[in-house]
Amino acid sequence: MPTVAELQQIASQVRRDIIRMVHGSASGHPGGSLGCTDLLTALFFEVLDHQPNPFDMDAKNQDLFLLSNGHISPAYYSILARSGYFPVSELATFRKINSRLQGHPAVMEGLPGIRVASGSLGQGLSIANGAAQAKKLNNDPKQVYCLMGDGELDEGQVWEAVTYAGAKKVDNLIAIVDYNKKQIDGSTDDVMPLGDLNAKFKAFGFQVLEMNGNDMEDVLKTLGNAKSETGKGTPVVILMHTEMGMGVDFMMGTHKWHGVAPDDEQTEKALAQLEETLGDY
Amino acid sequence: MKTFDIINYKDTRSGFGEALYELGKTNPKVVALCADLTGSLKMNAFADAFPERFFQVGIAEANMMGMAAGLTVGGYIPFTGTFANFSTARVYDQIRQSIAYSQKNVKICASHSGLTLGEDGATHQTLEDIGMMKMLPGMTVINTCDFNQTKQATKAIAEYEGPVYLRFGRPKVPNFIPEDLEFTIGKALQLTEGSDVSIFATGHMVWHALEASRMLDAMNIRAEVIDIHTIKPLDEAAVFASVQKTGCAVVAEEHEINGGLGESISRLLAGAYPVPVEFVAVMDEFGQSGKPEELLKLYGLDAGHIAGAARKAIGRKR
Repeated sequence: MPTVAELQQIASQVRRDIIRMVHGSASGHPGGSLGCTDLLTALFFEVLDHQPNPFDMDAKNQDLFLLSNGHISPAYYSILARSGYFPVSELATFRKINSRLQGHPAVMEGLPGIRVASGSLGQGLSIANGAAQAKKLNNDPKQVYCLMGDGELDEGQVWEAVTYAGAKKVDNLIAIVDYNKKQIDGSTDDVMPLGDLNAKFKAFGFQVLEMNGNDMEDVLKTLGNAKSETGKGTPVVILMHTEMGMGVDFMMGTHKWHGVAPDDEQTEKALAQLEETLGDY
Repeated sequence: MKTFDIINYKDTRSGFGEALYELGKTNPKVVALCADLTGSLKMNAFADAFPERFFQVGIAEANMMGMAAGLTVGGYIPFTGTFANFSTARVYDQIRQSIAYSQKNVKICASHSGLTLGEDGATHQTLEDIGMMKMLPGMTVINTCDFNQTKQATKAIAEYEGPVYLRFGRPKVPNFIPEDLEFTIGKALQLTEGSDVSIFATGHMVWHALEASRMLDAMNIRAEVIDIHTIKPLDEAAVFASVQKTGCAVVAEEHEINGGLGESISRLLAGAYPVPVEFVAVMDEFGQSGKPEELLKLYGLDAGHIAGAARKAIGRKR
């Protein structure tokens, strides 16, 4: 079992990977990727009961993670590679021609770890509902986790899925909202205010938890609490407060690094802030 | 000439419902989802017999398509049920990303397709669904002609691995395909033999094409009627074999002229064996309220129009 310090070291390497991948292809989404890095590290290196190799598409008797906000693929790919799903060296192919690491996660190329494509927003929680019901049919006691962006909650399908999960008591489902309060065009308050998200999810029948998604101890503790809340007749959602661009000073406090790649100089500046702990790819 | 007798009059959706129930008994991996149209889709028998494998999602088709994709992760074979319009246009991006691009083994089963849902009018009469669905890479598209064939097709797609769009309809129509006739996905059914014109028909239009062939027979015109139940992948060999014999063709479908079976067949023939082709389809219009038979007549989708198109095609032969 890794210590908090070890998880933070992994997260530092993942953040380096994100910057290098996005720089390498001169495209991609660093902001949300950096913000969600601590969560993904905690999930894949500590919380999830999962088997990277051989990869089982059906995730039988494994915890299942689904990424709905597919644009944070750099973070996801780095985590998958670093946790053993595919060779770390393959990260160099991100967004390049004939790569398994498509701009947004895809199934057709056969990249281990990806079970459904995502990128067009709002679809992941519905997949999670179905996968969670399949686990119940299979008497599989493991959980289904689904990460969504907060801007993604503008999509109507999310609320169809939220309605279903609450009404049908999908209590092996843990939804996580990356609540960084930013989306492409600006702050969520400017683009489409989300209102009282905590009260909204409660009204739909969810058990609602909140955490600081960039505090590894809080992340571990809250994910533990979330797991202990499963199986009690309600789905669980974690409102995960994060900072877009976390770990790179000039990418924080703004929505402008949602989908922009750093140039050579900015990349050097960013990498100087992130310790190389596991060796660059 | 080979004849097909009317066994009885039944709706194609009931063929789907019966087969789904039988699949429930024989295949524990079959699950079903419905968006508040269980009765209309004839899914009650399955829902009552296998409540743990039936998912009522409410009027939320986008969530239904995503859930179906999710149920495949865990080894299930989900059959979704709603009207054709809500099975396609309403949820196209969900199907595209979560099912087709994600290569999920989901069976999208769509009733009330075409004009023949009747009085509900154009909001519900999808005439674009074949086009939308055949454009998705890897999607199999099937449009069945009667009760027996819909039942056969429903069972066949459960055995097939991959996403399928199965299109059927609302009204009671002649049931004429023998119950024991083998149904093979992607294999066209030649219903009559002829030397003067090929009539490629799909869905409800197949019976009208058979009637047209009888009308033509009385004029000493021998029409070869071929039931193209699988629009994609198209049985190219069957199309070639027939037009090489007849030298011209008619394509009949309860669908828009744009994007339908007619385009698939004429694209194929244009590339490899150009012959005159005439089209019996809805000509870039929306439908309207009315009785099914009134609508088919008004929009030119009946035996008389098919026979007329056949004579026109024959007249264009060089």
